[in-house]
Amino acid sequence: MPDVELRHLAHTRSGDKGNTSNIAVIAWHEDLFDVIEASLTATAFAGHYDGVVTGKVTRYEVPRLGVLNFVAEGALGGGVSRSLSLDQYGKTLAAGILNFKIHVPETLIDKLRNYS
Amino acid sequence: MIRLASGSAWWGDRISPAAQVAEHGNLDYLCFETMAESTVSAAQVKKRREPDFPGYDTWLDDRMHAVLPHCIQNGTRIVSNQGWIDPVAAARRIKEIAATHYDAPELKVAAVTGSDLTSRISDVADTILETGKPLTSLTDEIVSAEAYLGAMPIAAALDQGADVVVTGRVTDPAIFLAPMIHEFRWSPDDWNLLGQGTGIGHLLECGAQVTGGYYPDPGFKDVPDPWNLGFPIADVEANGDCILHKLPDTGGVIDRHTVLEQMFYEVHDPANYLTADVVVDFTTADITELAKNRVQVRNISGKPRTGKLKVSIGVAEGFIGEDMFFYAGPGAKDRGELAKQILNERFRIVDLCAQELRIELLGVNALHGAMTPDTSAVPYEVGVRVAARTNTRTEALKVGREVDGMAVSGIAHTGKRVPFGERVREVIGVWSTLVDESELTPEIHFVQI
Repeated sequence: MPDVELRHLAHTRSGDKGNTSNIAVIAWHEDLFDVIEASLTATAFAGHYDGVVTGKVTRYEVPRLGVLNFVAEGALGGGVSRSLSLDQYGKTLAAGILNFKIHVPETLIDKLRNYS
Repeated sequence: MIRLASGSAWWGDRISPAAQVAEHGNLDYLCFETMAESTVSAAQVKKRREPDFPGYDTWLDDRMHAVLPHCIQNGTRIVSNQGWIDPVAAARRIKEIAATHYDAPELKVAAVTGSDLTSRISDVADTILETGKPLTSLTDEIVSAEAYLGAMPIAAALDQGADVVVTGRVTDPAIFLAPMIHEFRWSPDDWNLLGQGTGIGHLLECGAQVTGGYYPDPGFKDVPDPWNLGFPIADVEANGDCILHKLPDTGGVIDRHTVLEQMFYEVHDPANYLTADVVVDFTTADITELAKNRVQVRNISGKPRTGKLKVSIGVAEGFIGEDMFFYAGPGAKDRGELAKQILNERFRIVDLCAQELRIELLGVNALHGAMTPDTSAVPYEVGVRVAARTNTRTEALKVGREVDGMAVSGIAHTGKRVPFGERVREVIGVWSTLVDESELTPEIHFVQI
């Protein structure tokens, strides 16, 4: 079972509300959702963003749409309006999870996007 | 069936795609979203400084000149939140443009007012959502407070015959939901219809974000002609079923994946997305690709609204001074690190009083900080970016002054931009609270000139 970067299994988008960022992880194929859900727990997500996300991480699962929605508190340097970050809205944050490694069974390799 | 389209996703959005969809989209409604969280507070501050500032979208004239001739010709009605802090003034201006330039003095233009709570916020709300503390804990000056109104007053203005409805603060999806309520006579407590309608509004409110904008990623998400994205069009049936599409000669893409990205944009609990009109449940949605760039969205559902309205409170919290300079070639990162050290010492010497100071290397870890993998790699170019948030403008000015000092008193091979302006901006912090909907009394004004 190869370790595959999340970007071959899913795509992501960040949105901002105050000092909270939500990052939606959307499976490229419905068959990939289960392995993403099993690997990318709220704890694993928080660990990946350690030092960037300073508050609680909540994960919402929507299996019928193939989506995990992560809500990360304390992710935007105090809030969009007062953040000293160049990326005040945290628009780049969703890209940060794309290199998260997931074990993918051989049977699912052909469902991956842009993978060889 | 009615056909709606997005005319803008925010204040700075492109204008030409709005003109394009107004001209060729065969639209019943064209809807403009132009406000960010801090728009009202920034407008209040601007109005205080510049008494001539009319208080509405600074691109109002440009947007209306781009779409009004087509909308008048095609019988397309307009719903827009370009009114900002003075919807009546915005409505008058639109009426004037229509009469003066497009031979349409009979155009019925209505303003919806009543979202402003600045003068009485401490009487009607008590807890800050972000901190759980009382409003009295905000020690800085409150410059604005406004509630997010729902779709009902906009729908009422349409019921009364408005061709154009201009609002101040309303929820973004309400701009799109209101025409559905008006056209289909949806009941204010038919939660599933309001949920589906609000969901459609959420998919449209960010314009090109559902048609291939904020989306392309080479090799993974390839998008045709991303320099020419079309704005989204929604064909909505009386039962709420909706088909999203775009003009055929535009760039971009609309498929299951662009719809899903936008569906979850700025959403927390997807089963409980709170708005003034309804609590939306996106988890029941059915998304079907009917054809290329044609996606059906059905069965977004709803639950009873909470009866509370979200309020944004703008607070004058100080200033941010910000500047940057650059290094390239062998040793670039080392020179950047030395520059950081020099600036830290300089800020100590000039006694910078900052709430927070950040000096970072662009090209190394400025954006993702601690989560950046392997920062030991040697970049060929780096930028040194400095930002400080301060209580006073005088302190914030020290950032630009000290970066200027790096020109001839700095280190080897410092690349610097020509100094422009003060490199200082005002910070208006935005906080949220809730208010009972009974505290707000929206009003509809049909304007004359």
